Amino acid sequence: MAERRHRPGRVGVLGLQGDVSEHQKVLADLGAETVVVRRPGDLAALTALVLPGGESTTMSMLLESSGLDRELEKLVADGLPMLGTCAGMILLSAEALDGRPDQRCFGAIDLKVRRNGFGRQVRSFETELEVKGLDAPMHAVFIRAPVVEETGEGVEVLAEVDVPGRPGERRPVVCAAGPVIVSSFHPELEGDGRLHELLLKKVEGD
Amino acid sequence: MTSNENSGGREVVTGTSRVKRGLAEMLRGGVIMDVVDAEQAKIAEDAGAVAVMALERVPADIRRDGGVARMSDPALIQGIQAAVTIPVMAKARIGHFAEAQILESLEVDYIDESEVLTPADEAHHIDKWAFKVPFVCGATNLGEALRRISEGAAMIRSKGEAGTGNVVEAVRHLRSIVGDLRKIQTADSAERYAWAKQLQAPIGLVEEIAATGKLPVPLFCAGGLATPADASLVMQLGAEAVFVGSGIFKSDDPARRARAIVEATAHYRDASIVAKVSTGLGAAMEGKEISSLEVKLAERGW
Repeated sequence: MAERRHRPGRVGVLGLQGDVSEHQKVLADLGAETVVVRRPGDLAALTALVLPGGESTTMSMLLESSGLDRELEKLVADGLPMLGTCAGMILLSAEALDGRPDQRCFGAIDLKVRRNGFGRQVRSFETELEVKGLDAPMHAVFIRAPVVEETGEGVEVLAEVDVPGRPGERRPVVCAAGPVIVSSFHPELEGDGRLHELLLKKVEGD
Repeated sequence: MTSNENSGGREVVTGTSRVKRGLAEMLRGGVIMDVVDAEQAKIAEDAGAVAVMALERVPADIRRDGGVARMSDPALIQGIQAAVTIPVMAKARIGHFAEAQILESLEVDYIDESEVLTPADEAHHIDKWAFKVPFVCGATNLGEALRRISEGAAMIRSKGEAGTGNVVEAVRHLRSIVGDLRKIQTADSAERYAWAKQLQAPIGLVEEIAATGKLPVPLFCAGGLATPADASLVMQLGAEAVFVGSGIFKSDDPARRARAIVEATAHYRDASIVAKVSTGLGAAMEGKEISSLEVKLAERGW
C-alpha cells in the first residue's frame, strides 16, 4: 500500500442489501472508519458514502421505506463525496432504462444508464481495464452490469470497455463528476481499493 | 465452463467462478421468492425480491399432489423472464444435466439443482463446472455443502424441509454448517485431515475454511420459512440471504407478507422494524410437524 497523506474519516456504506462487507473491507484497508447505513441516524457526520453492488430495485424500495431516500437527496445536494458500483451506479445516475417505473435515481452524476445492459448472467464477464489516473490496469468483474447510454455535461470518463459480443461498441464504465465516482463493475470483489482511494482524496478536496 | 474472447486486445472471460459467485454475493441481504407464473413473479418483484425462482408447483403443492416433480415448462420460465427485470432462477432435478442444459439455453441467471424436485440420478449430482450458468445446491451439513462446491456449486443454501412452513429443519442445517465452520477454524493441521475424512470433502476446501472461517461461496437459507421473524432468525444464525417458497403464496396476503419478509431480512437485527412489519399480516401458511411427513425432501441428495 502506498503511503497515504489524507485522513479518510468516517465513510458510510449503504447496507440495505448487496456486497456491503467487501466495500467495508477495502475501506478499512485504506484506514477509513466505516459505518453501515441502514437508517437515517446512521448518516451523522459522514465524510463520504459508498453505494454497493446488489439489486437496484430492491435497494430503491428499502431506501424509501427507511426514509433514507430524503436524506440521500440532501447529501447529493450538499455535494458529499460518493462512490457507487453497479447497482450503486444506477442509484447515483440521473436516469435508469429497463428498470421499474418507480425505481429511484438520485441524479448525483449526469448519466443515463441501462440496467443489465451487457445481458443476463451468462454474459457476465471479467477483463483488464486501463483507468485514467491509475498506474496499472484494474481487474474488472462485471455482474449483470449496467451500461452507460449517455453522459451529460461535466462527466469525465475514466475508463471504457469494448462490449463483448458487440464489435465496435465501446462504453464508459468508470465516470466521475465533481465529488462523485461510479463504476459499472466491482473493484471491491477483487479487493482493489484504488477507486475508493480516489473517493477519499475527494474528501480531502484534492 | 469458461470461455475467452478478445475484445479490443484485452481478454474477456465469461462463466468463471468469480462471476458465478459474484452474482450470489450481490444477492446478499435479499429475499429470493418461489413463483410459478409471471403474475406471481411480478408480485415478488413489486415486493422487493432480489430474484425469483421459477418452478412448476410450489413445494407445498408438490407435497400435497405427489407424483414426479420436474423442471418447469420453458414457456413459463420465458414468461417470467419477460415479466420482471430482476434475476430469474429455475430448478432442475438432482443429476438431470439435460434439464440444466435446457435452463442454460434459456439463459436463466441461476440453476437450483434441487431436492424439491424428484431426483433423476441416485448417485451423481450434475457436474456444474461444465456450465456457464451458476448453480445453487442445498445442503443439510458442511460435508454435503463442500461436496456440492467441489462439483462447482457457486452458492449453498440450507435444504430445510420445503413446503412445511416449519423452520426447524433449516435452523438445524444452518447451525450444523455454521457450527462446523467455527470448529474447523480452530483445528490444527492434523485435525484438518480428520475433518476432511469425516466430512467426505476435499482437504483443499477444508484448508480454505480454516484460513477464512467461511464457506468459499455465499451461504443462504431455504426451506420452511414463513414469517418475517423466521427471516430475522436465520439471518442472525449466519445466513447471508433467504429463499422463501410456499411461505408467501400460500399465505393470506402474499404481496404484504413478501414485502414484510424483504424488510425483515434487510433489517434483521432491528427487532423494532421486524415487529412493525410483522403486525397484522393475516394468516401465515398452515405449517406441518416434521414427524408427520411422509416424504422428507432434505434426505434427497448425496
